[in-house]
Amino acid sequence: MGVIKKMLRAGLLATVSGVSLLAVSAPGAYATGMPQLDFANPLVTGQVMWGAVIFFVFYMVLSKAMLPGITRVLQDRSKRISGDLEIARAAKQDADKAVAELQQARKDAMAEAQAHLDQVLAEEHKAAEQQMQEINARVTAEIADAEKRVAEEKTRALSALKEIAGDTTQALVQRLTGIVPDAQLVAQKVESASAHSTI
Amino acid sequence: MAGGSSINVLEQFELHPVLGGLGEALRFSQSPLYMIVAVCLVLAFLYFGMRPAAVVPGRLQAAAEVCYEFIHNMAVDTIGPEGTAFFPFIFTLFFFILAGNYIGLLPFSFTFTSHIAVTFALAMMVFVLTVIVSLKVQGLRFFAHFMPEGASPFLAPLLIPIEILSFLSRPVSLSIRLFANMVAGHVMFDIFASFVIMLAGFGVVGDVFAVGPIAINVALMALELLVGVLQAYVFAILTCIYLREAVAH
Repeated sequence: MGVIKKMLRAGLLATVSGVSLLAVSAPGAYATGMPQLDFANPLVTGQVMWGAVIFFVFYMVLSKAMLPGITRVLQDRSKRISGDLEIARAAKQDADKAVAELQQARKDAMAEAQAHLDQVLAEEHKAAEQQMQEINARVTAEIADAEKRVAEEKTRALSALKEIAGDTTQALVQRLTGIVPDAQLVAQKVESASAHSTI
Repeated sequence: MAGGSSINVLEQFELHPVLGGLGEALRFSQSPLYMIVAVCLVLAFLYFGMRPAAVVPGRLQAAAEVCYEFIHNMAVDTIGPEGTAFFPFIFTLFFFILAGNYIGLLPFSFTFTSHIAVTFALAMMVFVLTVIVSLKVQGLRFFAHFMPEGASPFLAPLLIPIEILSFLSRPVSLSIRLFANMVAGHVMFDIFASFVIMLAGFGVVGDVFAVGPIAINVALMALELLVGVLQAYVFAILTCIYLREAVAH
């Protein structure tokens, strides 16, 4: 196969050399057509063979080495950018969470303080009320006590009055009559007299 | 053309063996040589661009990444999720053609995409690839595509040959589009450049008027820079479209 090809090539070459020799010997005849359409020229068809080899090598180098390298660089970059974005997003989320926590804490603290304040106020109110009640009770008790004492004093004064009345009566009777009256009788009379009159 | 000095605008497309007899024996002309140069330039650009592999890319790395992402988006957006599998192929195709088109714009260089043999080989490679992928993905249902859905069965004798013909003409249109664009651009360059040389023969007046074709050539260079990337893009996007049809279930 290879030998046949070589022979063919040699034959073609010989033909071409002959043709080009003819062309050189006959100037002007060479320029009759487009060189691109001169398919008898092995150089024209040789382009296809060499072009195929070069294109194949170009394709291989690009697809196996060059393009995967660029793909890797681009992927690394997009991965890094998305990673950085992820980190930034996470940081933002954390910050948002912290802010929310802070706000919640502030709200809680405010509510707690308010509750505390309310409680203290209520306690104070209650304490004041209780104190007031205590004072009232004490005052009432003291008034009652005083009234009782007044009544006692009154009773005592009244009982002392009878005694004084008896003594006075005895002294009067003695001064008027000169007789010492019977104490028991005087007491009886004073008693009956005080029963009739009201003080 | 003018006077005794004949200017042949097609001369620039002639192939010459490199390294004399060795090149002749290996059929190695300047065309494959410039293919190698183009491939090496693209690989060097990608290699030196991506060598820092930095997270924050420099200029060259950003340029290499833009190239990667441009083709990657084109492949995935056009072909679909299966596009990633074909992405290296599209990338190779696009940059092979683009580098070929652009290298040809340098003086004394050679445009291998101006050879129909090269462009047709590329187009046939795409064509054969799409047929293989179609048969692999769709099996025999692939042949159902030659009858447009919803069309009247009475039109089948007319439609099926048209569809088959349009399918078979894909590599032809694909290759001739690129080839013709490149040839036309370089012929124009040559024609206007030859005007300059011709005008130079008319003395001072000619020298003054020669500014015109030079200015046109400068403008043409801008146009060719556009055409060069546009044709590479068209070739790649059409390949993507053919592949999308191939992988569609």
